[in-house]
Order: sequence, then structure tokens, then C-alpha cells
Amino acid sequence: MPLATPLKNLDRELARFHGRLKAGAVFVVLLAAALLGRGYYLQVTQHDYYIQRAESNRISLVPTAPNRGLILDRKGRILAENYSAYTLELTRTRASDLEATLAEVGKLIEITPGELRRFRRLLAESHEFETVPLKSKLTDEEVAILAANHYRLPGAQVKARLFRNYRAGPGMAHVVGFIGRINDRDLKALRASGREENYRGTVHIGKTGLEQSYEAVLHGRTGFDQMETDASGRAVRMLSRIPPVPGKDLRLYLDAGLQAVAEHAFGDYTGGLVALDPNTGGVLAMVSKPGFDPNLFVDGIDPETWKTLNESPERPMVNRVLRGIYPPGSTIKPFMGLAGLETGVRTPSDSIVDPGYFMLPNSSHQYRDWKRGGHGIVDLRRAIAQSCDTYFYKLAVDLGIDRMHDFLEKFSFGEKTGIDLDGESPGLLPSREWKERRWKKIWYPGETVIAGIGQGYHLTTPLQLATATAMIANGGKRIEPRLVEAMRDPLTHVWQPLAPVVRDQVPIKPEDLAVVRQGMVDVVHPGGTASVAGAGAPYTMAGKTGTAQVVGIKQGARYDASRLARQYRDHALFIAYAPAENPRIAIAVLVENGGHGGSTAAPIARAVFDYYLTGKLPGSMKAEGNDASD
Amino acid sequence: MPRTSHWIIRSLSHVDVILLVLVLLLLGISLAVVTSASGESPARITGHLVNIALALGVMVVMANVPPHLLSKVGPPLYAVGIVLLVGVALFGEIRNGARRWLDLGFMAFQPSELLKLALPLMLAWYFQRNEGGLRTKHFFVAGALLAMPFLLILRQPDLGTALLIGASGFYLLFFAGLPWKVIVGGGALGAASLPVVWGLMHDYQRQRILTLLDPSSDPLGAGYHIIQSTIAIGSGGLFGKGWMQGTQNQLDFIPERTTDFIYAVFGEEFGYVGAVLLVALYLAVVARGLLIAARAPTLFGRLMAATVSLNLFTYVFVNMGMVSGILPVVGVPLPLMSYGGTALLTLLLGIGILMSVATHRQLNKS
Repeated sequence: MPLATPLKNLDRELARFHGRLKAGAVFVVLLAAALLGRGYYLQVTQHDYYIQRAESNRISLVPTAPNRGLILDRKGRILAENYSAYTLELTRTRASDLEATLAEVGKLIEITPGELRRFRRLLAESHEFETVPLKSKLTDEEVAILAANHYRLPGAQVKARLFRNYRAGPGMAHVVGFIGRINDRDLKALRASGREENYRGTVHIGKTGLEQSYEAVLHGRTGFDQMETDASGRAVRMLSRIPPVPGKDLRLYLDAGLQAVAEHAFGDYTGGLVALDPNTGGVLAMVSKPGFDPNLFVDGIDPETWKTLNESPERPMVNRVLRGIYPPGSTIKPFMGLAGLETGVRTPSDSIVDPGYFMLPNSSHQYRDWKRGGHGIVDLRRAIAQSCDTYFYKLAVDLGIDRMHDFLEKFSFGEKTGIDLDGESPGLLPSREWKERRWKKIWYPGETVIAGIGQGYHLTTPLQLATATAMIANGGKRIEPRLVEAMRDPLTHVWQPLAPVVRDQVPIKPEDLAVVRQGMVDVVHPGGTASVAGAGAPYTMAGKTGTAQVVGIKQGARYDASRLARQYRDHALFIAYAPAENPRIAIAVLVENGGHGGSTAAPIARAVFDYYLTGKLPGSMKAEGNDASD
Repeated sequence: MPRTSHWIIRSLSHVDVILLVLVLLLLGISLAVVTSASGESPARITGHLVNIALALGVMVVMANVPPHLLSKVGPPLYAVGIVLLVGVALFGEIRNGARRWLDLGFMAFQPSELLKLALPLMLAWYFQRNEGGLRTKHFFVAGALLAMPFLLILRQPDLGTALLIGASGFYLLFFAGLPWKVIVGGGALGAASLPVVWGLMHDYQRQRILTLLDPSSDPLGAGYHIIQSTIAIGSGGLFGKGWMQGTQNQLDFIPERTTDFIYAVFGEEFGYVGAVLLVALYLAVVARGLLIAARAPTLFGRLMAATVSLNLFTYVFVNMGMVSGILPVVGVPLPLMSYGGTALLTLLLGIGILMSVATHRQLNKS
């Protein structure tokens, strides 16, 4: 009955409806105000914050690694260089099944067992999101094959990378060192020194040698490309670019030709040699035999090769010049002589009669001279020339261990020389305090006696011996040995020479020095212990032979009967400088198990001097047509 | 031909010019934003134009349907909707863990969409029938008619749609005169039952709300949408970065940016000034709708016009609130802006009803 609806009710309902409409309108306006309020907050109040968020949203920094500085010898010959090559790299997190991808790669290109072993070692060491190289230096054909089959190889990618090539060969491995992939320990060190940021985008870091000690200089500064990225992180376009600054090039004092001569002169012997410029401290040659191929390490070494190198009884990985510690033997005698003169315990003309042995008062023990029957009447000059043990036994006793220690200390014995390489051994210069501290025992007079001829506790590195020899040559200037002579600024291309670092000037009376020097000149002349090595030299040489009983660096654990005899032989030592009137080169040579210094070590020094001072190559090298001197 | 043109002119006479202008303005903005958001994709732009043309056609048709005819569609449409919802509950297809779809063989159909229109029509028809003698029992019956689809959809589960349909039903009851004390009491009861509702909610629903409170807790998952859209809007600033100049938009940072999150693109490129203008346009549509409701001669017309208007604004509020990070993320498009045929069609259908109510005043009295 719609017609029966009372009009009054209709009016009331209409009025109520209009009321509700107003309430609805208010409701809508309130909601709209809430939206606009929120919009105001986001777009006006918080605008600065969100514009920043938007910028960081869309901008990512892509690091570009700088080119590593080159390492050159003194004549500009390249020892370490960079080259670009393609590598096949795998990423664990991107591969659904890494083994399947590996198998697939193996079907396409040749993967050697060594490469596979190396890959697995690097994989175990790296984080799962890192790319790990499987095969480097791909040929163009291999790159094409991999590119064509890319869809079948999830997790695999071919990347162009900069590699390091060591042109210098195994002999230079200990000087130049090598780079390797940055591992957790490197990363920790970088973090600790605040350099981590600069290594974003860098894969390699110097591990040994100059590559390690000049890492900060060689690396350069990482650049950044400001890339606009989309939500999935893909780069859309470049906004701005901070270019990387290449590392500085290093120029060494070292002469690659001289180095080759020195290596060649060593022949099959193991040992160490270092030649210094006594006026600058520059390292002219540094040989540690045997060497190894540093290129093996650049892209990660495979475990088998590493094991072979590391467990070899010849210990090729140890830099004998820096870390090999040997008794100085008779090479200590010139320094002992200087100590006697400088302390006033001896005058140059003080002589002894050598019966062939020395005895301490109130003791029947005979300290024997190397020459049975003795040298007869001996003054200092002769004692050095003929390496008379008895003279120095007595001198040592008269000096006492304290004065000996204090004097020898000035010649860098028992201390790091400060060379620009890491891992140098300080050697050991014994003293009364040292023995008390180390062994909790008093110093015995007998120990002083043998210390006089460089035996006993005294241990020295070839580098220390060379540094000390240079001091005799330059009149007491204690200079830190340096490999790097100059650095080239990558932007201006200007070579900036590094100033020699003179640590100390030891005051030595010229007349005292002259006596010792004369003795050393006599060594390489008729009547001296190395007269054969010095014969016919067109310049004046000064030297001192030495022989050290085998207690040097530890030999490997492997038992090898064929080597046994040689292993028991003494180490041969020789220190020298030339020309005697105006020294330009000082050297220390150590030949492990070489027997007597005069016959094995001194000829090596002679070959080095000949080449350095006269340009003469050893006869056997000329025949080989060695091109190291070009 | 003269006959045809006569028919066209008569059809157009039922179009409300003010609403038409407002709708065309909004659709014009929509076209511009969709163009920018799609990266000028020709397929998207043409698709959008086709949708707009179709929906405008439907609007004109609806404008010509007299309200008294429309009211008769209510009960059968509602009945079919309820039957389909029951069908969904029994035989529905499960997608994404929810039973919302009915496989009709040629298409998957969501009956809840049908109820968005059917429920207000049904209730308006019911109140119209009892005009002048509305009593408490009528509100009880209407409440039951509302509760049935609401609970069925809530069970699917589809909280968002259930609340939106519930809201449209509530608006109708509200305009029909549901007593204030019931509204306030119900509101208080609702607030008190929130902990219970929380307990009944599904994990993903709870997650959405928790994410809203702290988007950074899940920056790559559920929070990603909110974080990215607020960055886009906030970085737009007062005047915006300019059309097609929004970096967050162009660089793909805004998810679903042609559909549900289109407001983020708009906010980034047109700024706060643009947002104020947009809200003003929506308010104008709502104001026009409420005015039509106020002038409508029948209770059915009044209730439908008011409910459609408020409904539209609810969608605007829920969408913009969600995109600007004050409401949880629910799948609601921005009316007349988002790309998508069905939503646009439903909306212009509603506008068509408004026009019909506006232009059939005299006719209805006969």
C-alpha cells in the first residue's frame, strides 16, 4: 500500500537523509584532509629526505680499478708489466649447479687438472658471491666458443682483466715479488689501515717483494663511475666519473743485466748475493737461489705446484738475502780489526806469533787456526789477508764481548738494515745481556774467542754483510739499502728520485780504515785467500773470504741420500768492494755448501764486478747469447 | 539517419555535463600518467583508450536507464551474487591460497566483484519498498542482507574486498537512517573486537599491517612497495619533477605503477600541487554526486547516488592512503586513474547511475 504512506514520515525521512548527506560530506572532507596532510608531510616537510633517498636509490657507484704501476730496472727495462686478458670466471650463487656448469665448460674448452685444482682451492677460500677464475688468458677462439654457448653455462662469465706479467724471470722473483688474489687476511689488513675503500674493484694485491712493500704506491687510487641504475640494479647510463689514478711506476737501482750475470755466476749452487752502491745504498743486484716463476702466483697457484714449491728441500720461496741467517765466519775479521784499532786495543803494527792455535789463560783447550802450523809473525793487515784465526782469537779476548758487541752493532749486525722490502731478519749479534735474557746463562770466555772469527752465536744475513761491507767502502756511512731509486708520477710522468737514507755516520779514523782496506786488497792478491779470484782484474778489488759451518737455514725434512754429502759442506762467504780507491760497488756472496769462500763465492763476486765496472760478460754467458744486457 | 541522430541526442540529454567534464578531466590526467608510467608503451596507451571508450559508452547507456528500472535489477542480481558466492565456497578455484574464483570455462570470475554493485542495489530497492515506514526491523533485515555476502567474502578469505563491500552496504544503511547510537555502539563493539579479529586474521594479513607500521622491517618483501612509493611521492616535492621526468618511475622503482600504484608516479611527477588538484577533482565528483542525491526525487535514487559517491571516495582514500603509506597494501585501483578495464567499467557504471538519477527526475514522477 505505497499510497498509504504518511507524508509526514516521508518528510521526516527526507530531512534525516539531508542530515546524513551533510555528515557524509564531512566524513569525505575529513578523509581528504588526511590524504592531503599525508601528502604535505611527504612532499613538503620530508621532501629533502626523500629526494636523498631517491638519489641513493637510483645512483650506484661502480668502482674502476686503477692500473698498477710498472716496475723497471735502472735502465728502464720492464720487470713487471700489465696486460689485459680474458678469463673465464664462475660465481657460485649464480650457478644453479656449479658442477654441471664445470662439466659443460670442460666439454667446450680444455681445462687442465692444474687449473681445476687451483679453481677448487680458490673456491674454497672465497665467498659464495665472489667470482672465481677457472681459466685465464683465453684464446680468441675459446672466448668465441664460450660466448656462443653462454646460455648453457649458468654462473659462468668471460671477463677482461688486467694481469701482471713478470718478464724478469725466476731470478728476480724475490726482488720484484708477485701479486695474488686478495684473501681474508689481506682484507683484514686493508681494513685495519683504512685502505679498504680504495680496493673496491681490485682483485689483486702485492704478496711479496716490492709488489708487497710498495703496494700503496703501485696500486693507485680507485676511480668511481656514478651510474644511474634501475630497480634491478642494471646500469642505465653514466652520470659522472671520477677516473682512477694509476699507481706510480718504480725504477730500481737494480740492473737486470747485472742480475743475470750474478745468477749465471751462481751456476747450480743455492745461496744469496747482494750488491750495493756504497754511496747511495742502492741495490744493484739481489739474487736468492733457487728462484721460482712469480707468474705462477698471479692468478692463484694450483695446490700441487704450491706444494712442490713449498716443500722443496731447496726452499725456493725463502729470500736468502733477507731471511737466510748464517754465521759470518771470517768475513767478520775486517770489522774485528777495525774494532781493535778504534778502541785502541791494537795498533796496526801490533803483531803476534801464531803457533797454529790459541789458548785461554788457565785452560788447556786449544782453539785451532785453520792453517796447521800457524802463520808465523802476523800483524793486522796480514791477519786479514791470510785470515789468521789466532790473531783474532786473541784480539777478541782482549776486546771482550761487550766492546765487540757495541762496535759491531754500529755496522748493522743484529739489526734490520731497513731495506725497502718486508720480512727482513735482524740476524743475531750476541751479547752478555742477550745470553742472559735468552738462555739465562752467563757468558763464557770461550764464547768470546770463537766470536772473534765469526763463529758461535753470531748470525747474519747476506744483506747485513753487504751493508757492513759498504760501510768499509764508503768510510762509515750507514745507509739503508734501497731497491727503488725513483718513482714516476702517473699524471705528470715525471720521475721523482728518492733520497738515500743515511742512518748514521760511524766515526772511523781514516788511518785505521786504510789498514783494514789494505788487508782486504791483499786478500785478492798473491798471498791472499782469494788471490785466484782477483787475478788479472783491471781494477783494484778488496775483499774477505769466509767459511761457515752448516747451521744456516733449516733444510727440508725430506731425506735425500744423493744430496747428503753436499749438505754437510760448509757455506762459502765472500764480501768485497771495488774499485778499492773509489768504491762503486760492494757485495756479499753466500754459497750454501760451497766449501771455501775463496774458491766458490769470490769468483761470483768477480764476475759481478767485471760486468758492473767494465761491462765484460762471463765467457760462458757470451756464448749463450744472453740478451739480458741489452 | 535522422532517427539515429535523434536517438543519440536523446541519449546525451541524460548525460550530466558537470560530471562528464570532471570525469573527462580525470581520464585525461590518467592517460598522461599511464603514458609516463608505461614508458610510452603504445600497447598500454591504446589499451587504455579502448577501455576509456568502452567505459564511457557504458556510462552513457547507464545514464539512460531510468532508476525505477534499475531498482528492479537489484534483487535478482543480489540473489545470483549470493548463489555464486556459495558456489565459490563449495567449488571455487583456489589461487594464491584463497578461494575467490569461479571457473566458468571461458574465464575465471570473481563473484565478489558482482556484489559491489548488487548489494547497494538490493538494499536501495529494499528501503525504497518500505519508504515512509522505516523501522528498526527493516534495518535488521538490511543488516542481514549485508552480512551474508560480507561473511562469505571474508571467508574466502578476502578481507579487503569484504571491507569495501561492507562499507558500501554500511553507507546505504547510514543514508537510509541507521540510528547514530547503533553506529556509535557498533563502532565501539568493532574496536573492542579488534584483538579477536587479529586472532582470526591470516598471517599474510597481519604481516601487511605490521609492514605498514614499519616498512623497513621487510624492505625487499612486503615493505618494498610502500618504501618505494613513498620515496617517489616524497621526492616529487611541491611542484613535482615534471611529466615523464620522474626518476623513480622511469627507472622501474615503483611496482605496479600503471595500476594500483599509479598515484606514486603522479605524486612524483606532479608534486603536492598536482595531488591537491587531483583530490579537488575527486571532491568535486563526490560533491556533485551528493548534490544529485540531495535533489533526487525517490529514496532509491537518493540512496544509490549518495552511496555511489561515497564509495568512489572510499576507493580514492584507500588507494591513496595505501600508496602514501598510511593504510595497509590492499589491491584497490585509484578510481579513474589506474589502468585496467574492469575497474574503470564498474566506476563509470556507477557514474552512469548518478547521471541517471540526476536526469530522470521528472520522468520518474509519472
